[in-house]
Amino acid sequence: MELFNPNSNIDFMRWRKVSLAISAILMVISAAIIFMRGLDYGLDFTGGANIEVSYEKAVDVAEVRAALTAGGFDNAVVQTFGGTNDFAIRIVSEEETSSKTEEASNVANDKIAVEVLKALQAKRPDAKVKSSEFVGPQIGEELRSDGLVAVIFVIAGISIYLWIRFEWRFAVSAVASEIHDTLLTVAAFALTGREFDLPALAAVLSVVGYSINDKIVVFDRVREIFRSSRKGEPAEILNRSINSTMSRTIMTGVTTALAVGTLYFLGGAALENFGLIMLIGIAIGIASSVFFANPVLLLLGVTKQDLMPRSKDDPELARRP
Amino acid sequence: MNDYPRWKHLLVALVTALGILYAVPSLFQKQPAVQVIANKGALVDEALKERALQAIQERKISFDGVEIKDERLQVGFPNTDSQLAAASALRTDLGDKYTVALNLASTVPAWMRMIGANSMPLGLDLQGGVHFLMQVDQKSVLDAQEQRYVDDIRSLIRDREIRNAKVSRAAQGLIVQAANEADRDAIAAAIARDLLDLNVIDGPSIGDQPTLNVTVKPERIKAIADQTIKQNVATLRNRINSLGVAEPVIVQQGSDRIVVELPGVQDTAEAKKLLGATATLEYRAVDENTNVGEAVRTGSVPPDSRIYYWKDGSPAVLKKKVIVTGDELVDASSAVDEQTGTPAVSVVLNSAGARKMLDFTTQNVGKGMAVVLVERTPEVRIVDGKEVRSAKITEEIINLATIRGVFSNRFQTTGLESMKGASDLALMLRSGSLAAPVDIVQERVIGSTLGADNINKGVAAVLVGLALVVVFVALYYKVFGLIADVALLMNLILLVAILSVFQATLTLPGIAGIVLTLGMAIDANVLICERIREELRNGITPQAAIRAGYEKAWATILDANVTHLIAAFGLMTFGSGPIRGFAITLTIGILTSMFTSVTGTHSLVALVFGRTSKLKSLPV
Repeated sequence: MELFNPNSNIDFMRWRKVSLAISAILMVISAAIIFMRGLDYGLDFTGGANIEVSYEKAVDVAEVRAALTAGGFDNAVVQTFGGTNDFAIRIVSEEETSSKTEEASNVANDKIAVEVLKALQAKRPDAKVKSSEFVGPQIGEELRSDGLVAVIFVIAGISIYLWIRFEWRFAVSAVASEIHDTLLTVAAFALTGREFDLPALAAVLSVVGYSINDKIVVFDRVREIFRSSRKGEPAEILNRSINSTMSRTIMTGVTTALAVGTLYFLGGAALENFGLIMLIGIAIGIASSVFFANPVLLLLGVTKQDLMPRSKDDPELARRP
Repeated sequence: MNDYPRWKHLLVALVTALGILYAVPSLFQKQPAVQVIANKGALVDEALKERALQAIQERKISFDGVEIKDERLQVGFPNTDSQLAAASALRTDLGDKYTVALNLASTVPAWMRMIGANSMPLGLDLQGGVHFLMQVDQKSVLDAQEQRYVDDIRSLIRDREIRNAKVSRAAQGLIVQAANEADRDAIAAAIARDLLDLNVIDGPSIGDQPTLNVTVKPERIKAIADQTIKQNVATLRNRINSLGVAEPVIVQQGSDRIVVELPGVQDTAEAKKLLGATATLEYRAVDENTNVGEAVRTGSVPPDSRIYYWKDGSPAVLKKKVIVTGDELVDASSAVDEQTGTPAVSVVLNSAGARKMLDFTTQNVGKGMAVVLVERTPEVRIVDGKEVRSAKITEEIINLATIRGVFSNRFQTTGLESMKGASDLALMLRSGSLAAPVDIVQERVIGSTLGADNINKGVAAVLVGLALVVVFVALYYKVFGLIADVALLMNLILLVAILSVFQATLTLPGIAGIVLTLGMAIDANVLICERIREELRNGITPQAAIRAGYEKAWATILDANVTHLIAAFGLMTFGSGPIRGFAITLTIGILTSMFTSVTGTHSLVALVFGRTSKLKSLPV
């Protein structure tokens, strides 16, 4: 069985200007979506309280909202999940700066689950709290900065490794692809209107890990063909590398997608976001390996000389053709 | 011939066998159980076992087994209904002397537990419970410490009969204002001699008064901060143990946070009450004129005395008047008594406490003095529809010693049984002296049904994901696909085994990490198989193609896995919490997959194809 014709020789590099332009435009649009529209950060990031309640008998969302408003929770967000009996109630803590009010809101948040239940039971005594969660505002802030630090750490670590194992052009191309993939994946996720929670952040970092694997496989082949071929016409070698690794790229994409797809469809609410982001990221990662990473490599002017093993005595000598 | 070294075959076989041995315990379902732990003066023995069994059998509750282990009585039940019924039965029948806690007991056979093969512990999101993240207010501790130094410097100045000097707290440290330069130098010398934790430098004059700037040494501040959090963790641990929660998690996170996880607990109010309790301690004189035995028997004690109890229930008669309280205690640390060489605890009091201690000890050499730890747990009861606030107070003697001489701000309690006894006492003294206020900054309650639901869905996702990948790979790469599938199963087994051996807690994100690992682990085999196909297309012999496939794919596999590991390490920078669980499974998964999908499959390939010297084609 073959998913991709092994003898194909598609000239991907011919369209490199078009594909790079499309990638650049997509990156700009993605950045615009992320910064203008913003992500719907989950409780882990915003702080506040999240209470899951279930009713014994079916109930209307409007009724739940009315009960909450009557109980004094004007800014509560009510979402249904799993039919007409279960609801998630979100109360975002107000952003305050002075430590005193922060303390006061902490104390209030502390008891929020009890208060919410009281408000709901005033209207319908069959309401029950299934789970509740409260996150202090300072935690969310830390998490956002930790997340950023983690992404930077990963990208920097990978580029240093590639620089040592390959060459600086490969590191630059990989980092550019990582930024490209992260932006596009996060933007696509933002468009779904789903909440960006901790599993979602973990998924974004995993997408970085997955997509870099894809690039490495192609880069490895690029290095190998450069070293073994006599002529070393860069565009042609990149094309050959992409074509000969395409089968693997698709195959691994499919197996990973099968695995994370089951998380999306069967893993339950908590893992849905993780599965979805990974699915988006796999597709984007495969596309960027072909249409972005290698064109960037060509743009940076990779040559056969850069990849030849250097002699220990005189590195300059080895550089000469 | 595709010769593969024999030792590699053996290694693969050995690792697989060990993996299976250590992974199997995780298949054993945990059993609902009830634990009985003894409180003050009670014993866990055969008699208790009889009583517990009687209480359970009387009510016709079915149970599975009873055992006494680590001074705990544990009874297993076939389901949670009988577990809950038995717990309430035991609570009523056994009374205050025992704490009855719900628990999940391991059903792993004893011989497996002997070799360290246990099932994976489940995270709160998979079994239900309460999670708290608490922030320790270290600033208030440092404030209090500075205030004590103000008192100490004042008493130094008084002792040296220096007049018209003022000590006050400034934005940074303390300021001492002296009447003249001679006084200032005298004070500086005194501080430098007696208060070693302080730095003293000359400050700018205020008016015609020369000043000193006094600051606490940074290493001392660090030590205080460190001690504060350790002490809070220890105090919380003591309290939670008394709550009777099975397998609680109480760990420090970062420099000033504590994570508390209480599996099985659903009522946060009860837990918070306990976590919010405050403790203090009191030094009290022993009433030497009253016979303890008689006082306990008749119940009659002099009006200025009372009967107090040790933790083990043995009594002592102490005076009602308090000599020194925990507020006046500055530090307590374990030490070795220089004269006798026995373990000791040295205590430092502040100046107010020192004066009281001096007065008391001058008149009472040779008499006894006891330390009582007092814990107040706030309680809110609803009486007639109104909230009534009260506090539950427990008092307990933690030390009783004879006064050997006159002392004031520094003294030692000697003759303790062991170094551990000494450090325990020092810890208790400190926890009674001043526990930093704690704020709950994060709280999560996971219902037990939600937990069960999560684990069912998680396991289903792992199995379905695995099945899909296995079928797809087998269809695509035929025999080589089947070999890769065997390696994938082996990878799952190894992953579970390693997580079990390290007792890494399995959480929902951890399951996501397992699924992702399974999806990506096959990548190495894809690389190898594609390479073999390529080599075959180039027209070389099957055996050579296998060798070339493994050789040429290795560099790529290594690069791909190293970069993937870097990504996993990035995830691990998130202190603790759910992402760390994901990162740990991912990291272990990457490492095991490198072994199974390269060494493991190569060994299998050599077994299947290596013996036939003339292969015409390869099923790849």
